[in-house]
Amino acid sequence: METVFKYFQDSWSWSLEYYPILIQGTITTIELTLASALLALIISFVVGLSRFSRLRLVRVIAVIYLEFFRGTSAIVQMFFMFYVLPLLGITFPPLVAGILACGLNLGSYGSEVVRSALLSVGRGQHEAALALNYSSYQRFRYVLIPQAIPVMIPTFGNLLIELLKLTAVASLITISDLTFMAQIIRSQTALTLEPFFVILVMYFIISSVLVWFTKVAERKFAKGRDTISGEGV
Amino acid sequence: MDWSWEVVLEVLPSMWLGLIVTVQAALVGALLAYVLGLLLALLKMSKNWIVAKTSYWISECVRRTPLLVQLYFLFYVLPDLGIFLSPFAAGVIGLGIHFSTYTSEVYRAGIENVPKGQWEASRALNYNAYQTMRFVILPQAIPPMIPPLANYLITMFKETPLLSAITVVELFGAANIFSNTTYKFLEPMTLVGLFFLLTSVPAAYAAMRLEQRFKPKNTGAS
Repeated sequence: METVFKYFQDSWSWSLEYYPILIQGTITTIELTLASALLALIISFVVGLSRFSRLRLVRVIAVIYLEFFRGTSAIVQMFFMFYVLPLLGITFPPLVAGILACGLNLGSYGSEVVRSALLSVGRGQHEAALALNYSSYQRFRYVLIPQAIPVMIPTFGNLLIELLKLTAVASLITISDLTFMAQIIRSQTALTLEPFFVILVMYFIISSVLVWFTKVAERKFAKGRDTISGEGV
Repeated sequence: MDWSWEVVLEVLPSMWLGLIVTVQAALVGALLAYVLGLLLALLKMSKNWIVAKTSYWISECVRRTPLLVQLYFLFYVLPDLGIFLSPFAAGVIGLGIHFSTYTSEVYRAGIENVPKGQWEASRALNYNAYQTMRFVILPQAIPPMIPPLANYLITMFKETPLLSAITVVELFGAANIFSNTTYKFLEPMTLVGLFFLLTSVPAAYAAMRLEQRFKPKNTGAS
């Protein structure tokens, strides 16, 4: 009993002093995740739909964006935004650079999800919309996108977890998220196991909430899914 | 801020050494992920309920937490527990463990996607477990696994810059060290980005070709 008490006194007394910054780090991580998720979602739809454009130029730009952000490492993109763009006269606060880098990176993966989900909608649906003389706006807005969304949600859920994990990398460009705070605690207290264990648990809890959220969304959008004709993904 | 070729020439030699480390880390990490992933997949598909559930949740714990934090854990915590790893070894083990949770899903899906009728047919032909696996199930399960496994190799290649956070001097780490000592960021960072584009875009197209080549053929059985 005494040794257990001693262990807590020695190894966990830091938590009294440092829990405020851990909470702050958690908030930063959640903010960063949600803001970049929103950005990534918008980009996914804009770029994903651009791939269906009649204009060749729009399609080419979309592919260049996709290959650029999917082809280079997220950490490289972050450093580029944080260290190189200021040299070219474009300066972002660290948090904005982090949101932009995470959002642009995940947006490239998301755009492929949007594109393949739209392609997975049965061919008959494309043709039916044409037969009804729908404009391309109407075709996507009322026929294709509503049917593609249930197909997108599970993959978007996985990408959301990837995004949360990506935000840890943002600690390397001085954003004070959970990982950054754990490093501060490590350097100030020389403890290693405890701070890293705590933040691993925190990350696990946050991503489990995101997984649960995805499941709820999946169920909500699955209603009426049986009306879809055509092979899913 | 102007592009300077002198800086490029200055940084290239150290980046070349870094590139070798990057390739090594990606290949060894991928090998580890493939082997551990197979093991994990078999555990997840175990008939024993406790084994299956435990391995599922362990894999979820790894999958739902950031690789960077796991690398810090391996690099900073293990020495305190008396296990000393070189930065490279810690990085490769971290990569391997993290991505084994992804590859295990590929193996599992591959085996589960073999139509049930195939298992029943091998039973009807009185095949034993070895014959069933060797001649019926695996020949159908393995080809669809190849493209996703190749894709994870590319993903791991792009994740290797994280190893620089635990002092491995790979491609990105080499460029970063150069930048921090000379305060020249434009050329090294651009070059790192270019290197990754030049390798991962062709690799992605090769993976796409693989996907077309190994498209599941319609066997008529379902």
